[in-house]
Amino acid sequence: MKCSGAEIIIKLLERQGIKVIAGIPGGANLPLYDALGQNGKIRHVLTRHEQGAGFIAQGMARVSGDPAVFFATSGPGATNTLTAIADAKLDSIPIICITGQVPLGMIGTDAFQEVDTYGLSIPITKHNFLVRSAEELFEIIPNAFGIACSGRPGPVVIDVPKDVQMAVVEFDAWPEPGVREAGPELIAGEIKRAASIINKAEKPILFLGGGVIQSGSAEDALALAEKGAIPSALTLMGLGVVPSDHPLCLGMLGMHAARYTNLVMEECDVLIAIGVRFDDRATGQVAKFCPSAKIVHIDIDPCEFDKIKTTYASVMGDVFDILKVLLPLIEKKDRSEWLCEIAALKKDNPMIIPAVGDPVSPYGIIMKTAELVGNEAIVCTDVGQHQMRAAQVYPFKYPRQWLTSGGLGTMGFGVPAAIGAALAAPDRPVICFSGDGSIMMNIQELATAMEQNVGIKIILINNNALGLVRQQQDLFYGKRYYASNYSHHVDFIKIAEGFGINTCDLATSDDPVADLAAALAEPGPILIHVPVNQDEPVYPMVPMGAPNSEMIGGEKNV
Amino acid sequence: MSKQIVIELSVNNHPGVMSHICGLFVRRVYNVEGIACMPVNDGSRSRIWLLVNADERLDQMVKQMDKLQDVHDVKRHDGGHEVFGKMADFF
Repeated sequence: MKCSGAEIIIKLLERQGIKVIAGIPGGANLPLYDALGQNGKIRHVLTRHEQGAGFIAQGMARVSGDPAVFFATSGPGATNTLTAIADAKLDSIPIICITGQVPLGMIGTDAFQEVDTYGLSIPITKHNFLVRSAEELFEIIPNAFGIACSGRPGPVVIDVPKDVQMAVVEFDAWPEPGVREAGPELIAGEIKRAASIINKAEKPILFLGGGVIQSGSAEDALALAEKGAIPSALTLMGLGVVPSDHPLCLGMLGMHAARYTNLVMEECDVLIAIGVRFDDRATGQVAKFCPSAKIVHIDIDPCEFDKIKTTYASVMGDVFDILKVLLPLIEKKDRSEWLCEIAALKKDNPMIIPAVGDPVSPYGIIMKTAELVGNEAIVCTDVGQHQMRAAQVYPFKYPRQWLTSGGLGTMGFGVPAAIGAALAAPDRPVICFSGDGSIMMNIQELATAMEQNVGIKIILINNNALGLVRQQQDLFYGKRYYASNYSHHVDFIKIAEGFGINTCDLATSDDPVADLAAALAEPGPILIHVPVNQDEPVYPMVPMGAPNSEMIGGEKNV
Repeated sequence: MSKQIVIELSVNNHPGVMSHICGLFVRRVYNVEGIACMPVNDGSRSRIWLLVNADERLDQMVKQMDKLQDVHDVKRHDGGHEVFGKMADFF
């Protein structure tokens, strides 16, 4: 066989099962685009910004669990991808970014649209490649897939010089596609020890994160909780592992947790941390996080053990494999005393949801939308107050239902991630809660949503401000609101109309519930506009650097 | 002067590996005091010696280096290593 480097890349992607690639062409990746166009089996999604392409790939990968691919050209194309790649690194999302690069002989000459993509992407990727010959592609492309989805998943960048894309090579056979490698061999003693600590615990808590979802272990984690009668606190990335209405579910912990959740953590004697990395927004002041608990840490990445908190026992391996062995060793318990203590804490310190009955209030719109879209819906968010409110109160049912930028906290994540989710799961409703600050950071992708005719429902909760910034200025900067209010009120309805998107303005609606229901039932993309008051903080809130027990707001009788 | 430790790495020999390793230190504001690197195995691999000050972050650094795709092996020489002593003659 005889193929160009570009044809080899496209064929190898097809053999990996890639069906959709988002991206933008440019001078240095045109051979790749020419090969993609000739291939005809892979759908291309032309975005309006390379960051949008990156978050579309993330949306696909977060929903499916499989690596997703996106393309960018050299120079500004590559630099525009960096935020989406860094976001994938922090949330351990398997995406593969293939960038064009100036020809090998011109690297290092400050050529037109040349930038050191390899160097720029080192700290934000799991691994990266600069391809130096077309032959190397047979190894690099399958490897990139294997690396992206094995162990702790993460993003991979493959930088391909233009002459490598054009070079023609002769070869005999295609390599096998790259696949997820089996996890490391488990150490039986580690698991036995963990089981014994859990069985002896009087007040254990499960602390479940994104790793449980990534490893496909939510069912076993729930079984562990139920068998041992162990209440479960979830990280922002772990929402959905245990259904929100499950009696053992404590909801999200940390900076914006319900008061009782953080108070329960104070009491626990054994913290079973699975697939979590003790993020500062989850732990608050580390020294005072679960102060009386022995920590059992279960994770595939040994770098996470003892990184933030010293573990009492650690179990290294694929969470899926570990839970299969651990579960039979866990004694069945009812723990009625501990559960009663938690119930009392919950009764005295419940999650207070202000104005929940008002469908055009910040919380009410989330609850009403959830009720109308049903359990099948995939929920995407941007970053800010709307995100924290959705995390607090949305009735999550299962893993991979919730797509949010956790570690990097990237405003602009929501709309393109929702497009990606809709491409990966075309038969499911996809909603996207956004804010007026966030949506403006990738609003150009409304054009992509329209072109692809994906049925994403964007609920734009508009307070004409950077709400979480304003909230911090309110609480910690003497109410000196600076650079957090927008002086101009953008007409988002007109903007959406300009993109050809359907709109629904609840500001002018006589019957918001009926209009919301009708808007959510429309086919195709729609922007639903919900203006809200600037002066409604997200409570409770733990001040940055304070222990989680020191929460502001959200008290029962205020 | 704080105690110095030598880390010995076996890595793939290609452009970028040194950046990956040094980057782990740079982004944690952890200085590398000395570096030596020579190709081995007919040039397919390299051996790198790093001289660093003892620090509570060292365990984490070793684990992070071990996680890099191009790193095959990481060894700690807590008592130092003669490689830097011999090199000192050139400074």
